[in-house]
Amino acid sequence: MSKAQEMGQQALNWVDERFPLTSTWKAHISEYYAPKNFNFWYFFGSLAMLVLVIQIVTGIFLTMNYKPDGSLIPGTNISVAFASVEYIMREVSGGWLIRYMHSTGASMFFVVVYLHMFRGLIYGSYQKPRELIWVFGMMIYLCLMAEAFLGYLLPWGQMSFWGAQVIVNLFSSLPIIGPDLSVLIRGDFVVSDATLNRFFALHVIALPLVLLALVVAHLVALHEVGSNNPDGVEIKKKKDPKTGIPLDGIPFHPYYTIKDIFGVSVFLAVFSAIIFFAPEMGGYFLEHPNFDPADALKTPAHIAPVWYFTPFYAILRAVPSFLGTQVWGVLAMGAATMIIAALPWLDKSPVKSIRYRGPIYKTMLTLFVIAFIGLGILGAIPSTNVRTVIAQVLSVVYFVFFLGMPIYTKMDKTKPVPDRVTMH
Amino acid sequence: MSDQQVDNSKRRFLLIATGVAGAVAGAGVATPFIASFFPSERAKAAGAPVELDISKLELGQQVTTEWRGKPVWVVKRTPEMLANLPKLDSKLTDPTSADSEQPEYCNNAARSIKPEIWVALGVCTHLGCSPTFRPDLAPADLGSDWLGGFYCPCHGSKFDLAGRVYSGVPAPKNLVIPPHKYITEARLLIGDDK
Amino acid sequence: MKKTLNTLLFALLASVSFGSMANTEVHLDKAPINLRDTESLQRGAQTFANYCLSCHGAVAMRYNRLTDIGLTEDQIKANLMFPTDKVGDLMKVSMQAKDAKDWFGATPPDLSVISRSRGADYLYTYLRSFYRDDTRPTGWNNLTFDKVGMPNVLWDLQGQQVLEVKKEGEHERKTLKLIKSGSLTKTAENGAFDQTEFDHRVADLVNYMVYMGEPAQVKREQIGYGILLFLLFFMIPISYLLKKEYWRDIH
Repeated sequence: MSKAQEMGQQALNWVDERFPLTSTWKAHISEYYAPKNFNFWYFFGSLAMLVLVIQIVTGIFLTMNYKPDGSLIPGTNISVAFASVEYIMREVSGGWLIRYMHSTGASMFFVVVYLHMFRGLIYGSYQKPRELIWVFGMMIYLCLMAEAFLGYLLPWGQMSFWGAQVIVNLFSSLPIIGPDLSVLIRGDFVVSDATLNRFFALHVIALPLVLLALVVAHLVALHEVGSNNPDGVEIKKKKDPKTGIPLDGIPFHPYYTIKDIFGVSVFLAVFSAIIFFAPEMGGYFLEHPNFDPADALKTPAHIAPVWYFTPFYAILRAVPSFLGTQVWGVLAMGAATMIIAALPWLDKSPVKSIRYRGPIYKTMLTLFVIAFIGLGILGAIPSTNVRTVIAQVLSVVYFVFFLGMPIYTKMDKTKPVPDRVTMH
Repeated sequence: MSDQQVDNSKRRFLLIATGVAGAVAGAGVATPFIASFFPSERAKAAGAPVELDISKLELGQQVTTEWRGKPVWVVKRTPEMLANLPKLDSKLTDPTSADSEQPEYCNNAARSIKPEIWVALGVCTHLGCSPTFRPDLAPADLGSDWLGGFYCPCHGSKFDLAGRVYSGVPAPKNLVIPPHKYITEARLLIGDDK
Repeated sequence: MKKTLNTLLFALLASVSFGSMANTEVHLDKAPINLRDTESLQRGAQTFANYCLSCHGAVAMRYNRLTDIGLTEDQIKANLMFPTDKVGDLMKVSMQAKDAKDWFGATPPDLSVISRSRGADYLYTYLRSFYRDDTRPTGWNNLTFDKVGMPNVLWDLQGQQVLEVKKEGEHERKTLKLIKSGSLTKTAENGAFDQTEFDHRVADLVNYMVYMGEPAQVKREQIGYGILLFLLFFMIPISYLLKKEYWRDIH
């Protein structure tokens, strides 16, 4: 050992006597055994962490120049907040790049998270003993939706303002507490500067802290039980008698750290292609009406939420008003979001992975995917009578996928699950 | 399995290559963030040089303008004021302005481009207050041998009419002369001399 | 089973797209945008300063940014600004907001990012679609934006158009006809008119407005090529080879 290495080792020992550094590294990275058959679907967890870091870092730098002030610059129709975004885009060196990283990152967060959730769906990663990982994940998803909604108000464009107005008004349809609750959320009788300032505080610090805590909880729960895999086989059931290491397990470092570097490179290529060549993404990542400054007296022709909310928005619009209240649509939208969390208890199949499930489940899952994507498309475009009927049908399919699960997963004809993982 | 020796050197090469690629990527990513810390276009525009019309400036008069958030004084000094400057050399900390901040075209006895027009930052070199203009001779509060200059009310520092600091006062250096130039006879550009 | 699902998917997409036939949007002409044509951008900038800045502001745009499109600071000061303004100033409007509201009924919107909210094609069509209409307070109306409060500021360049409405069965066909020429348009005896030069000028103006909407666009794409080349031809292959090498242990 060279002198430098010796000194390094001594320093490390000093720390280890006072802090579980090496033991944590071993337990969670270099001697944490993950199944060796992870495929494409298993990139999205680490990518979600990467996007979280990107959003936090770009967010910090944006906050250095953004001003959450809804008052108008004298003589113009532009607010200080809107102008500060253009200031970042034009006058801060590198500002346009930081802004685009943040706006693209917001949409990419949902792309990655939806794919990550879909992996959980197809491989039954939510089944026992991983229910809590799934619940923490659902809480992360809810916080992410709130975080995105709060952040979207900040540019104070037409879509920012009116989107917030519509969503906060949803709360006013709740019985008895509704109108007061909406005033409490806004801090005013309409969406105003008061709303902007508090949404800024929640978006910049409150929710990110909650998100970070939930991500830690999510990973701790995962490491307690160990990862699932595409075959749904529990690798801890077959261990090497001498070492205690699962036969189908490989240490996370170096195999998955190195594989994830490759995954990150591909992700960065997609991310960069969007940022540098199509940051608006045809108006889906940066919406055209949001380049109009907010105007409380003029409602835009089409108010649509950002693409990642559209499936739930379609369900909201599809439910008609009964007994003089619109609250049923709100409840349906809420139920559609929350029911995903119930999966561990709805799925009665003895088999985890879609590879070994029967034809009923595969059909239902395909219908669910069609329904989710279909509702997403419908939520983004103006509604017509025909489209509302289709949305209603798809909403029913959506709920039947979940609510019917206790029945159809039990009667489904499954295939025998192997003892050991297969390398596809 | 396969030859371990070959494996290791290939692995080391690939690790280094990936490391280099990662370092390049890291530098690239860091660039816009570090760049955003530099003064923005708005800051640069606000700090842009200021023009001043001195055609109406009378003899013995001081006029104040602003550059980069600081007061800039322009004084049209009389021949008597200029003649009095060398008499004060023995009372000053730095009579030749060897340790003070001025452009090389103002490194002369009068600390100006033209003797009669004197430009300086009106900021005391002690702790940043703006001294008052005291061209009056031998006032009661400054003593009978006061030949005109500037008096800082915050801690009592005194400067002469070329901004040179008196010895024995808190301020350590002469007043700063900013870069400036004459656009025309009657128009000064303060903040730039190119 | 797969066939049924495929039919379902097709039916879904078909019904969604059929729904969109209920679109009643005005036809938009394609704006010829080329952000690398600095001469066009310069002509556009001058037209913008001369015709638009008296009523509209573009307060996110700084005059000295126009060095991007090949102008020197002296040229900017001489051709685009009032003598008392500094080249580092923002493109503020000359008119007071309160006056604007009194005269036009609405504050003329700021134009800094109008190309990003309306789109180049809309602006190009709008600026060429004014027609004489004595029922309107300004005497002008616009085929792309009915009952707009803005007058035809470019009328001295374009001349005057009128609206012609033809009934074709169920539908009305609306067209514009130039009845009086301007400095950039020509009418001939047989009623034909040539708006080509005017169209080019408006294209320059819209080109400039697209540039002004995001001045960093061209640079953004240039940097993007470099980054994607680096990622696609260096970072991705090398990390893939590294992965493959280590994973030989597993396979």
